[in-house]
Amino acid sequence: MNWEPVIGCEIHVHLKTRTKMFCRCPVGFGAPPNSQTCQVCLAHPGVLPVPNEKAIEWTIKLGAALGCEIAEHAVFHRKNYFYPDNPKGYQISQYDEPLCIRGSFSVPGPDGATEIGIVRAHLEEDAAKNVHMGGGEGRIHGADRTLVDFNRAGTPLVEIVTQPDLRSAEQTKRFLQLLRQTVRELGISDAEMQEGSMRFDVNVSVRPEGSDELRTRTELKNINSFNFASQGIEREIQRQIAIYESGGQVEQETLHFVPGHEHAPPLRSKEEAQDYRYFPEPDLVPIEPPLEMVERARAELGELPSARIRRLEAELDFGLAEELVTSGRDGLYERTPGDRRAVANVLMNELAAAGVDPSAVDGAELGKLIEARDRIPRDAFTRALAASGDGGFQASDYLGETLIADEAELDPVIDQVLAANEEHAAAYRAGKEGLLGFLVGQVMKETRGRANPRVVNERLREKLTS
Amino acid sequence: MIDTLRLTAKGVNDLLETGEASSDEIFAAYRAAIDERDGELKCFLHVCDESPGEGIPIALKDVISTKGVPTTAGSKILEGFKPVYDATVTERCAARGLRTIGKTNMDEFAMGSSTENSAYGPTRNPWDPDRVPGGSSGGSAAAVAAGLAPWALGSDTGGSVKQPAALCGVVGLRPTYGTVSRYGIVAFASSLDQVGPIAKTVADCAFLYSVIAGRDANDTTTVDLPQPVEIPQDEDLRGLRVGVPKELNEAEGIEPGVSMAVNAAIELCRELGAEVGECELPRSVDYGLPCYYLIAPSEASSNLARYDGVRYGLRVSPDGIRELYEQTRDHGFGDEPKRRIMLGTYALSAGYYEAYYGQAQKVRTVIRQEFAAALERFDVLVSPTSPTVAFPLGAKTENPLAMYLSDVLAIPPNMAGLPGLSIPCGLSEGLPVGLQLIGAQFSENVLFRAGHALEQALGFDYVPQRLA
Repeated sequence: MNWEPVIGCEIHVHLKTRTKMFCRCPVGFGAPPNSQTCQVCLAHPGVLPVPNEKAIEWTIKLGAALGCEIAEHAVFHRKNYFYPDNPKGYQISQYDEPLCIRGSFSVPGPDGATEIGIVRAHLEEDAAKNVHMGGGEGRIHGADRTLVDFNRAGTPLVEIVTQPDLRSAEQTKRFLQLLRQTVRELGISDAEMQEGSMRFDVNVSVRPEGSDELRTRTELKNINSFNFASQGIEREIQRQIAIYESGGQVEQETLHFVPGHEHAPPLRSKEEAQDYRYFPEPDLVPIEPPLEMVERARAELGELPSARIRRLEAELDFGLAEELVTSGRDGLYERTPGDRRAVANVLMNELAAAGVDPSAVDGAELGKLIEARDRIPRDAFTRALAASGDGGFQASDYLGETLIADEAELDPVIDQVLAANEEHAAAYRAGKEGLLGFLVGQVMKETRGRANPRVVNERLREKLTS
Repeated sequence: MIDTLRLTAKGVNDLLETGEASSDEIFAAYRAAIDERDGELKCFLHVCDESPGEGIPIALKDVISTKGVPTTAGSKILEGFKPVYDATVTERCAARGLRTIGKTNMDEFAMGSSTENSAYGPTRNPWDPDRVPGGSSGGSAAAVAAGLAPWALGSDTGGSVKQPAALCGVVGLRPTYGTVSRYGIVAFASSLDQVGPIAKTVADCAFLYSVIAGRDANDTTTVDLPQPVEIPQDEDLRGLRVGVPKELNEAEGIEPGVSMAVNAAIELCRELGAEVGECELPRSVDYGLPCYYLIAPSEASSNLARYDGVRYGLRVSPDGIRELYEQTRDHGFGDEPKRRIMLGTYALSAGYYEAYYGQAQKVRTVIRQEFAAALERFDVLVSPTSPTVAFPLGAKTENPLAMYLSDVLAIPPNMAGLPGLSIPCGLSEGLPVGLQLIGAQFSENVLFRAGHALEQALGFDYVPQRLA
């Protein structure tokens, strides 16, 4: 039997507002523990929340990018549970009246685009961070004591929930990368996995191909890298298929990934049906976004990453187009004249390796450089690329060092190399043609990279076969 | 020697303005009164030795956050807790030069109607120390009645300003929900909590309301007052339409002496020129109290979750987080908060929410509509504030339902978010009877006008006879 995976995601994104969701403490990563706190985010007696307007505006912006309807009347709810990282004993979140509902997000793939349904996107506050000391594992079980850092408590957090519309680990990874890029381009979040400003949970089940049933799902929690998502999902799909094929039943459970312990197997736990006793937050009035704000959010959306992938796919191929867009390099790609594939390859390989910020690069100058790449020494090209993000960069500064293509100048060096490597030359003549590369390399070394490789190749071949 | 027993806040202000007494002398006089009488009455949980400002002293209910001054909400779980910030009402009082003289006793987390639920022992009624002052703002009401403060702030969720004001023979206002900031008020039931003034006269009450009312950026449920507060002067009620809701005046359990005093006050309304008529509020009175006891505990169960021993307050610290929570909360909360946390947790639970909390919110809408209809016909509705006069200490502590019924008349307008003023309207068996005046949203000025005219005509002596 063929099995079809059914996958849905819940994505949490920190908004990079200046201040927290319900108080005026700064939002930031890496400050000393508990230095960004006040009576409100520490839940002292009598405090009240004041919603961050920017966070509401940005959630609406995100909803627009996800093709969602923006609610005319949205409500904050209290989600009640006890945990040391939850200072009020409840989290202010949204429940049955979220800000954004019923969206659709297009995910281009090698075989065309798939529409992924968005159930909702809602705004809530993040919890504090528990640091478990002792016990060696960084886990609450077996820890000697737990310290709580409230800097993160109250950071605005958007939760996006998809329909179970994803059908493979690869597609899920593609969706998550595209979503991340979209969020970053909106300017509402850094969506940095390492800093925890983007995290996701994934629900996985499998079913016989062609069926439309939804079987018992397992949840993969706290995934903080796209590769772990894809590996974890794939592993879970195979595990579930193996269970069904041996006549068993998949049990509902949660697999927790522990940050910093990515190579350890995730912790499994039975899903405990917790009763959060949701009720409307009486300290806040409902949100009724002005129509004008919603219209502005929609009008200000540029061409979204998924649309750009589909457009670039026509002149490149899907893989390169996707890489360019999800790495945020397609803007430079479009600004850079020249052979499309050559430009795309330089951007994804050499320029990426050089760590140059693509937004700082002058496309016209970069185009000149790429166009001349075969005519200048390799190291000149490398140096030029590394400097391409600097202010006032001129490609012409690096194009003066042309390659030596003059046979009269190259022949003495080639002869010298052949003399010094008689054994290799003999072996080549005896049929080991692969040694040509070695000999070319020796010539390049002698000329410190300034020889034109095409001419060196030709001359070497001629001399060896004469 | 300043005699604080009879002195109103207006009287204090006159002394200050004429230079007959300095602010420090007045502060000292009230401190002396506290030293003299509070040993018996126990109105205060904390008395301030000094307090900045050049104005009139004020007593604050211990539910109101005061920076650096202990604020316990009458609970062991906050014993010794010193807030790092002032409540908005504290700030507004200070901005007008009012000097906090102390923090007054209360039922734990404002849950109760007698101040007997205070973890620090009950306050006694200045009219009869064997009786309760009412609650939960019993300390504030008793302090004003006994001349230990010229005025005070209380908080009213289900009658906690109006009822103790009635039982202590003073004036208390529960303002329209949303007119006074709740920022810095230890939360009990957020959709009902409202700070209110307690004073000897309606005019003092109106003035203090003008100090604390108005929109606050720290409480997004607040609004600006549609009209400025007017200090009442009229001594007649001409043109005022006074409604007498049948159910609020004929409810089971209203003492005959209470009815008699209230009926006399209603008759007086007529004499002062008001148009008096009957009306009905059948569902508000039948369902007000039951709905209140679903909504208030539900919100309380969530509001009190923060007292977990992790960040501040009491911590009973055995091994394990679950044990820390359980033992801290078991030791820290008294019976009444525990009872209400359990009620509220149950009412919000999956499978019960719609039948209890959800249904109560719908009924609340019905109550609001019923009051709105009555208040189209009338400017003011009148009834007893409390069905009884002050009851003996211990009389209802073993029977929570009997205690809850003490607020059966005060709660219905609260459920509708309406303002209510309680003024003393006479004595029954030597104890004060409170008259409740209910108005439409933001109609405080109408209530002050009516209350003031009645107060002048009634000539009630607010000084407890045993202290006079």
